Amino acid sequence: MALSVSDVERLGRLARIELSPDELEQLAPQLDVILEAVARVGEIDTSDVPATSHPQPLTNVFRDDVVAESLPVADALAMAPAAEEDRFRVPRILGESQ
Amino acid sequence: MTEILHRTAAELGADIAAGRLTSEEVTRAHLDRIDAVDADIRAFLHVDREGALEQARSVDARIAAGERLGPLAGVPLALKDVMTQVGVPTTAGSKMLEGYHAPYNATVTQRLLDAGVVILGKTNMDEFAMGSSTENSGFGPTHNPWNLERTPGGSGGGSAAAVAAFEAPLAIGTDTGGSIRQPGAFTGTVGVKPTYGGVSRYGQIALASSLDQPGPVARTVLDTALLHEIIAGHDPLDSTSLDEPTPPVVDAARSGDVSGMRIGVVTELGGEGYAPGVEAAFGRTVDQLADLGAEIVEVSCPNFEYALAAYYLILPAECSSNLARFEAMRFGRRVGDDGTHSAEDVMKLSRGAGFGAEVKRRIIIGTYALSAGYYDAYYGSAQKIRTLIQRDFDAAFEKADVLVSPTTPTTAFGLGERTDDPLAMYKNDLCTIPSNLAGNASASFPVGLSEDDQMPVGFHVMAPARADDRLYRVGSALERANEEVWGGPLLSRAPELKGAAK
Amino acid sequence: MTDLVDFDEAVDRYDPVMGLEVHVELNTASKMFCGCSTAFGAAPNSQTCPVCLGLPGAMPTVNGKAVESAIRIGLALNCEIAEWCRFARKNYFYPDMPKNYQISQYDEPIAFDGYLDVEVDGEIHRVEIERAHMEEDTGKSTHVGGATGRIQGASHSLMDFNRCGVPLIEIVTKPIVGAGAKTPEVARAYVKTLRDLIKALGVSEARMEQGNLRCDANVSLRASADAEFGTRTETKNVNSLRSVERAVRHEVERQAAVLDAGQDVALETRMWHEDTGATTAGRPKESAEDYRYFPEPDLVPVAPSREWVEQLRGTLPEPPTQRIRRLTEAWGFSELEMRDVVAADAVDPIAETVEAGCAPQSARKWWLTELARRANEQGVELTEVGMTPQQVESLQKLVDDKVINDKLARQVIDGVLAGEGEPAEVVDARGLAVVSDDGALSAAVDDAIAANPDIAEKIRGGKVQAAGALIGAVMKQMKGQADAARVRELIVEKLS
Ligand SMILES: [Mg+2]
Ligand SMILES: [Zn+2]
Repeated sequence: MALSVSDVERLGRLARIELSPDELEQLAPQLDVILEAVARVGEIDTSDVPATSHPQPLTNVFRDDVVAESLPVADALAMAPAAEEDRFRVPRILGESQ
Repeated sequence: MTEILHRTAAELGADIAAGRLTSEEVTRAHLDRIDAVDADIRAFLHVDREGALEQARSVDARIAAGERLGPLAGVPLALKDVMTQVGVPTTAGSKMLEGYHAPYNATVTQRLLDAGVVILGKTNMDEFAMGSSTENSGFGPTHNPWNLERTPGGSGGGSAAAVAAFEAPLAIGTDTGGSIRQPGAFTGTVGVKPTYGGVSRYGQIALASSLDQPGPVARTVLDTALLHEIIAGHDPLDSTSLDEPTPPVVDAARSGDVSGMRIGVVTELGGEGYAPGVEAAFGRTVDQLADLGAEIVEVSCPNFEYALAAYYLILPAECSSNLARFEAMRFGRRVGDDGTHSAEDVMKLSRGAGFGAEVKRRIIIGTYALSAGYYDAYYGSAQKIRTLIQRDFDAAFEKADVLVSPTTPTTAFGLGERTDDPLAMYKNDLCTIPSNLAGNASASFPVGLSEDDQMPVGFHVMAPARADDRLYRVGSALERANEEVWGGPLLSRAPELKGAAK
Repeated sequence: MTDLVDFDEAVDRYDPVMGLEVHVELNTASKMFCGCSTAFGAAPNSQTCPVCLGLPGAMPTVNGKAVESAIRIGLALNCEIAEWCRFARKNYFYPDMPKNYQISQYDEPIAFDGYLDVEVDGEIHRVEIERAHMEEDTGKSTHVGGATGRIQGASHSLMDFNRCGVPLIEIVTKPIVGAGAKTPEVARAYVKTLRDLIKALGVSEARMEQGNLRCDANVSLRASADAEFGTRTETKNVNSLRSVERAVRHEVERQAAVLDAGQDVALETRMWHEDTGATTAGRPKESAEDYRYFPEPDLVPVAPSREWVEQLRGTLPEPPTQRIRRLTEAWGFSELEMRDVVAADAVDPIAETVEAGCAPQSARKWWLTELARRANEQGVELTEVGMTPQQVESLQKLVDDKVINDKLARQVIDGVLAGEGEPAEVVDARGLAVVSDDGALSAAVDDAIAANPDIAEKIRGGKVQAAGALIGAVMKQMKGQADAARVRELIVEKLS
């Protein structure tokens, strides 16, 4: 399969992780080795095996539609890197060109 | 003081309840021990001296007022820093969360507080619980009390080391692929991964939701069971938590009767790659169980050989999603917000700076495994392997009441020894991973030192889902038999820590 | 300025295909996955908790009422209800979504394969429903530092997560083909019928202007009805019934121009602008938009028992088209009259007015003339105009009791809309009651006869139809508050 540096860069973008050129160079071959190892899951025929997404077969776990206490606004915002007017302040959403 | 430190949690709880000791004395003794040795061990990321003493005094006051509290009221505990706790930092071992304070208590934290257990502080761990040596912590590694040059295992190395170094009689761990059991094996302590859903995950910073399970860590089997009972039970805040009574773990720990129990040795978990000293200790222990009246059978779990591959797809996939919330918009260390960067840039820069190498590796792998076109081949196949592993377990549990193996292929390895080889690191978890994939209960018990290096060896016991009590029966039987041979607990043979001499 | 092709020409040359996605905000008391209140208009971030803020360690729990509403919507849309389905994570980073994944449903929606019949110009169009699934709403962003609060040019944004986690049901149609020139009207009729259905189910306020019901319109053109589908655009921000129709029409006109010019329609999200009546390009849909869906591991599957489903089926209201047929008959309206009523969105207000005791035709008259005109002037929905069905009934009762006439009734409506109280109070306060007291009327008639001797002469000569002019004079003098029938009687009495 061989993951190229540009593949890793694209994945980094999708995962929102800035990766330096050094990191990219290092990661690509490492990921290759790991992917080769995990590709073993394809070695056996599982075509008639159902997938297990949850280890315990529970279903229908519901909550009553009852309002519970929310956090005080100050607690909600306490860890915000930036806040304004009781709202979380985030950098502009669109890039320069958009 | 040493007297206090070497008592079991059950004894301390009884002494405190009877007024022979105060929780404050006990808590102070442990805080002093932390002061004395933790510079060498580095088990704690945060010690909540004042909070712990305050809590201890409150327990003492309640007992003095004639209140009857639980068996561990007033006993100190070390909490893995992956659990939220109001009033102290919660970092999950990540720079990303340096200084982060959660506005709510995890269910486990709350149950401990309600039971009067005194929380001494938060323990070190691999960043977001990704690792098997605690070397991936954003705040430096923890050292193994048996040999400071070796790792205590991971991700819960801090919790296991704190207990092994007598800094706390109890600790909480979380186990996604072995993070309670492998450090237990490496440090000569007891670690139990309960049945998935047995203990609430609410407030545990999620690594891989379908694999994660909090559990107890202690030096004795009974202490582990008492702690297990406090933290287990249904939680409406965790939809995957089991709405049924906790198995009778304390009774089982007190019984220690394995006569007539069918013990299945898993063929696939041994042989090549397993250290001779580990295999020898394992074989000795199986013989011991036979001597104690258990019936030994051999079972085969042919699909276990795919467990590691499935695990290293499912975990990264789930963690790539679980860790998406760490992007410095609502909390966490924000980087590059200088007016020139967009939110997307700032997310990337913050995550690039805040996450360590292993976290990045796994997120990238998980992103890849889930992406369109690869899903079926990777994540989809891994989930099917999961079914096959469950079937292996089901078949094996037809023949045996519990399954056994070494906890780890080797004893504790040296710090720095495997950091450059992720795959070698991953192989630590060969024996522990199947239980996370299948969701059944498992534990590691100390069964002696390896002839190879005089480091502790862990004996791995796997029980069916909801039969956690069987683990404690086996563990307790072994503990009694071994302590008779050793003349005391294994940890009494651990080297004296230098720092403590002063 | 975007090039457009005249609509008739566009649908002459191209076959429009449309897909509609409607997000319905449920009216549960608490959010989809946490206990925070869903009440509208609270102080910013005052209805948030670790779960809906996506804080470390928090876990979702499913609101059972929302599942019930989803099933009822599915049943009302004639869908199959899944025997077993899961929530899935839709992974993408966006600051209005704290976890950076939305808990939604992917290949296992709770409801699928249904249809909704809608009526356009007396003709039934069957809109096939692909699926209805459960998900959670995002937070609200305020964009700061740019022009007019738009995201473009903003220096930063402020996030309020009160709305974040409010339960949504997303209803997706199969491609709607074969509607041709009527495509925009079918779009409007579909959203309207759906809205009425949702309202009748009582699962949502279903008010488009408040964003309880939001529509995204996918439109594409193809050369002919047997050609492959063309490239689609997804138009967002379509927040009224009128906009649904206009936006679809606009996209047909715009795409036709693009295709006529020999260019390709770009696969993109477009924003509808009510003010300009046009769409503008929004986010380009990356061809590799990759949501990395996988089953939500923090929640267990949903497996509604058949007993539960059947029990919920028993709670369904009458289907809208059936209800219209029933009401047409009950009210004695002609097909044409009812069509106007439906087009004016007046079925519910008329039904309530009739229920309050008003004759159907009278109710129809007020809602379709005076009130419809005023709603139009104010640019609001008929139900928002400011007069309740009960007040309309009271008004008509005043007319029936001859306290006022139709002309005065209009002034009463003005008064009610101006907040002057109930119709009877307005009549009193404004002194609008009709004068049928013979003393006052007789004097006014005498004055009118004296002022118009020639007309009076004609009436004396037997030309009774000339009385109209004298009645007019009396009414003028009495500012419209005379009982016209009594005035006529008096005139004839006095001049015979
Ligand atoms: Mg959606
Ligand atoms: Zn909430």
